[in-house]
Amino acid sequence: MADAVAVDNPPRRRLLPRLTSLPWIPLVFLSLLIVGAVFAPLIAPHRPLDPVAVTAAQCKAAYGQAFDGCYIKDDPPFFIAGSIAKTLLGTDYLGRDIFSRLLYGARISLFVSLVGTTFAGVLGTALGLIAGYMGPIWQQIIMRLTDAWLTLPPLIFAILLSTIRGPGIGNIVIILAVVFWCGYTRLVYAEVLSLRQRDFVLLAEINGVSRFRIMRRHLLPNVLNTVVVYFTLIVGVAIIIESILSFLGVGVPPPEPSWGLMIAQERDGLLEGKWWLVAWPGLAIMILVLSANMLGDWLRVRLDPHFQGP
Amino acid sequence: MIRLVAKRAGIAVVTLWLLVSAVFCLVRFTGDPSTMMEGASDPQYAAALRQRWGLDRPYVVQYGLYLRNLAEGDFGSSFQKGLPVTTLYFQSLPTSLVLGFSAFLISLAVGVPLGIVSALKVNTAWDRVGTAFALTGLSIPNFVVGLVLIILFGVELNWLPVMGAGDGPFDWRHLVLPAFALGWYFSGNMVRVTRSSMLDVLRSDYVRLVRIKGVPEWVVLVKHALVNALIPIVTLAGLNLIIMVNVAVPIEVVFGRPGIGTLLFDGMMNRDFPLVQGVVLMIAIMVLILNLLTDFLYAWLDPRIRVG
Repeated sequence: MADAVAVDNPPRRRLLPRLTSLPWIPLVFLSLLIVGAVFAPLIAPHRPLDPVAVTAAQCKAAYGQAFDGCYIKDDPPFFIAGSIAKTLLGTDYLGRDIFSRLLYGARISLFVSLVGTTFAGVLGTALGLIAGYMGPIWQQIIMRLTDAWLTLPPLIFAILLSTIRGPGIGNIVIILAVVFWCGYTRLVYAEVLSLRQRDFVLLAEINGVSRFRIMRRHLLPNVLNTVVVYFTLIVGVAIIIESILSFLGVGVPPPEPSWGLMIAQERDGLLEGKWWLVAWPGLAIMILVLSANMLGDWLRVRLDPHFQGP
Repeated sequence: MIRLVAKRAGIAVVTLWLLVSAVFCLVRFTGDPSTMMEGASDPQYAAALRQRWGLDRPYVVQYGLYLRNLAEGDFGSSFQKGLPVTTLYFQSLPTSLVLGFSAFLISLAVGVPLGIVSALKVNTAWDRVGTAFALTGLSIPNFVVGLVLIILFGVELNWLPVMGAGDGPFDWRHLVLPAFALGWYFSGNMVRVTRSSMLDVLRSDYVRLVRIKGVPEWVVLVKHALVNALIPIVTLAGLNLIIMVNVAVPIEVVFGRPGIGTLLFDGMMNRDFPLVQGVVLMIAIMVLILNLLTDFLYAWLDPRIRVG
């Protein structure tokens, strides 16, 4: 319980231990990714949807002759012998710069997973509050539905929905929201069940505060910690689901640069041993999800006594 | 015990009904499956499709027919293959089960020892290595692991074949790579579960008592701590296996193994909507049944649950 001791320290001594105990590794990686995503148009050396422009000499080096609309396909990164276009991380099967596409892909991955899990969180929290506080009928309806929803593995559910709706960024956001709300509901519901017995809620009820207001002013602030922790833990799963859907061809439609889609499009080059085509997007997904998970674990220990493991 | 079984079974039936109804509603209200078919721009063809799938009737009639068919065990027929979904599902199931089971064994073999070491050396470098391994496994999409394995062992070293299932589900040369790619993800879970349940057991009174009695430390660990710490893992084994079969979709696609994941993927690619819906419902029912069995198993093992 070293954490609790640190929090109880007097204010003067609090700042330094707080700073040193922050999870710096995931924070640095996440900030880099977010900055890269937000400022992608400024940072990216090339356009994400067009081939890297090459000179006649480079074209000649690659194909033995120069021609119009020439691009260098599957070019290795600049540090590997045989690289012609000398781009940072190489080019893809249409001669597009992989580094630039990764930056724009970060936009899509972050946007889709954050917005999708936020929608799921809002919906799930509202339903959990209602189920826990509005009486047995609501409780039965909502919680039985939650149980049914939890039965389907998220990936299978997402595949079913994406088969109906087809590829598209907006569709993935909807799918993530529809798939992930039930976890929030279950957590919030359990929390509300114990909160509603507490004195401050009972006092508010005696004073005639409306049920809606009790849920909003008294219950919601008290479940927010749990919701935030669950959010950080589920964002990682959402990113992976998005990449899998894109990889399977029902997620982000081409030519948008989604990381999962980038890997899917390079499977031919991959079988020729061109590892860099998969390595960079794979690494990007891993770093993003790992950072989100580490941050979630850290928050879990900090914010939520229920989760506090040994 | 009988009352508990009846109650749980009743809840399961209600859950199942809600689930199939939810799937029905989602399918009807999120889009028209007939527009997804190729050639759907031809209005006559689209109308024929809608009639064939019964989408032109009122929702109430559709819902009634849908429930009746499900109750009779008719999960619809694949549009493209012309076979009932159940036939296709049970054809593909063995391949997926073998893969899931192998991955489960791998995750046990890797995850349980790491979890034990993490728990015994809690808050040391060992613990951090174990936790980091678990987190990494949970953070890489399994298709990326699969592709890396293909490049390494299939293309560069050329040790193992990378496509298909070979001479049936048990051909180990085709099984090793996908099983490992799938197993790593779950070994991360195993590390976590083993670590926390081992820590609980080690702090419990009976382990303290056994230690006070002067039993050698390794006997305490193996006979008393480990056996008890493994209970949650063993009871959840069946459920884990089913989940494994289901998250194997990208792995099966990457390695071209003809299992349930590939079946689902084919259905998706061919816009074979009845196939996808049928397979998803079959999966849901399997998960429900296994959930129910796990509940019973727990109740049978632990009398406290039976009373409560």
